[in-house]
Amino acid sequence: MAVKSGARSSGRWLVVTIPYLWLLALFLVPFLIVFKISLSQDAIAQPPYLPTFDLSEGWAAFKDAFGELSFENYGYVLSWDNEFIEAYGSSLWIAGISTILLLLVGYPIAYGMARAPKSIRPTLLMLVILPFWTSFLIRVYAWIGILSPEGLLNQLLIALGIISPDAPLQILATDTAVYIGIVYSYLPFMILPLYSALEKMDETLLEAAADLGCPPFAAFWKITWPLSLPGVFAGCLLCFIPAVGEFVIPDLLGGSDTLMIGKVLWTEFSVNRSWTVSSAVAVLLLMVLVIPIVFYQNLQAREVEGR
Amino acid sequence: MRKGLSWFNVTSIALGFAFLYIPIVLLVIYSFNASRLVTVWAGFSTHWYWQLFQNEQLLDAAWVTLRVAFLTATVATVLGTMAAITLTRYGRFLGRTLFSGMVYAPLVMPEVITGLSLLLLFVAVGLDRGFWTITLAHITFTLCFVSVVVQSRLVTFDRSLEEAALDLGCTPFRTFFVITLPIILPAVVSGWMLAFTLSLDDLVIASFTTGPGATTLPMRIYSQVRLGVTPEINAACTILIAIVTVVVIIASVMTKRQEMERQKAERMAAAEA
Repeated sequence: MAVKSGARSSGRWLVVTIPYLWLLALFLVPFLIVFKISLSQDAIAQPPYLPTFDLSEGWAAFKDAFGELSFENYGYVLSWDNEFIEAYGSSLWIAGISTILLLLVGYPIAYGMARAPKSIRPTLLMLVILPFWTSFLIRVYAWIGILSPEGLLNQLLIALGIISPDAPLQILATDTAVYIGIVYSYLPFMILPLYSALEKMDETLLEAAADLGCPPFAAFWKITWPLSLPGVFAGCLLCFIPAVGEFVIPDLLGGSDTLMIGKVLWTEFSVNRSWTVSSAVAVLLLMVLVIPIVFYQNLQAREVEGR
Repeated sequence: MRKGLSWFNVTSIALGFAFLYIPIVLLVIYSFNASRLVTVWAGFSTHWYWQLFQNEQLLDAAWVTLRVAFLTATVATVLGTMAAITLTRYGRFLGRTLFSGMVYAPLVMPEVITGLSLLLLFVAVGLDRGFWTITLAHITFTLCFVSVVVQSRLVTFDRSLEEAALDLGCTPFRTFFVITLPIILPAVVSGWMLAFTLSLDDLVIASFTTGPGATTLPMRIYSQVRLGVTPEINAACTILIAIVTVVVIIASVMTKRQEMERQKAERMAAAEA
């Protein structure tokens, strides 16, 4: 018996340890490295920053290297002379507006799906998920052909005589195109949590309200909306957090004046080749997002484990 | 109170699905356009597909992407299932909060941060960047998605079946493969597919963690898209969409069939009892 329980606990130990170590090494440690590099200085060397910690050079050298770390890069990023603060603000703004638009677009769809006959619900659900499986890049790319000045939307509007051929709508390379891109790409993330909250709702509550003379719209505000709030929170966070750091959509659909922090980080890293500044940008972005991320984690942990 | 769909419900579903599908449908239609100008229709042609199969760079990239995605999905499914078991079965243990944090955070972590941090790790440990670093990076962020999918199945699972097997002297290892795994298999399979398509799809993390010689399909498409819309890319996208659609439909039919068989078996068991 002792042998068996020994085998059992060692198996159990392995099941916990392997993914734990994996995530420590490839998720947590990388963040510590980013933090360390954000405190370093750019250098023309391999790797392109200083100081580098090398324990083989002894403890004194290690301590010296430690003394060379500074918050200089944060001062640079947070100075008003550079456009970083503006980029953080505009990312939060664009992500916020997009999240509100997503909720306005997604809620009626999720609501309709939750009220559809039970037999067709799985099909509707599958139709919402299917675009999510197809490539994100492809879905953003599809909009370039639609929104460009000689694109399909302008062709349609010109054919209908709504706008003149000489003055096509300039949507591509504006913030409007970024909103359209984000709403389009993230819509399934908004619909699914809303749907699962609305589907669980007890219909008899609405019937009771109607029997007691409550008009449908008031019943919606007093019953349906409060009961769907967990889905609303989950959907909004699931869209808002990644949208703040979005890179592909502003890069392909936005204009040169569309300022988003994900794009700034990418440029700082791949064009300006400053690893230290881009690390500082990443750390600050994480600090901006840490409250919504923790909030989302708690929500998710409760949802999955607490049933 | 009238049950069922109101006109408002029907309209919002119809408009919603139109919004979701029209861009994709247009993209597919224009991949069969004879003209090089993507926005001017000049008759039906499969020319761009032939062109595509002669584009060796694109084919190479597709092959790299498929290998990365296959490896990623397989390893991430194993690790993600382990993480799911840990979080749903093992109750409290030292460092549980940190563990669950690390499992859920990557789900919403902006890709630029994940990509940058993994790249800096690979540089710090002196790993040559390329195929393997992309795969390691992809396993890390997809295993979290697998874990969430598998967890949602594990929590609705009747544990008395496992306990019965253990009481009858079955080893925990065998119990997992004989009892637990077959029951959670649909979730494990959809976890695998989710990891596969996420890896297939990823541009940002792959761009950060790649090195010379390993270019994935999204990276190749992206660098061409920046130069403008071409029917050849439309064709490449159409093929990808077709593959994913077929895989998803097959998987959902399989899951449905398995679910029906399970229900049938349960009914028979109930009738015998």
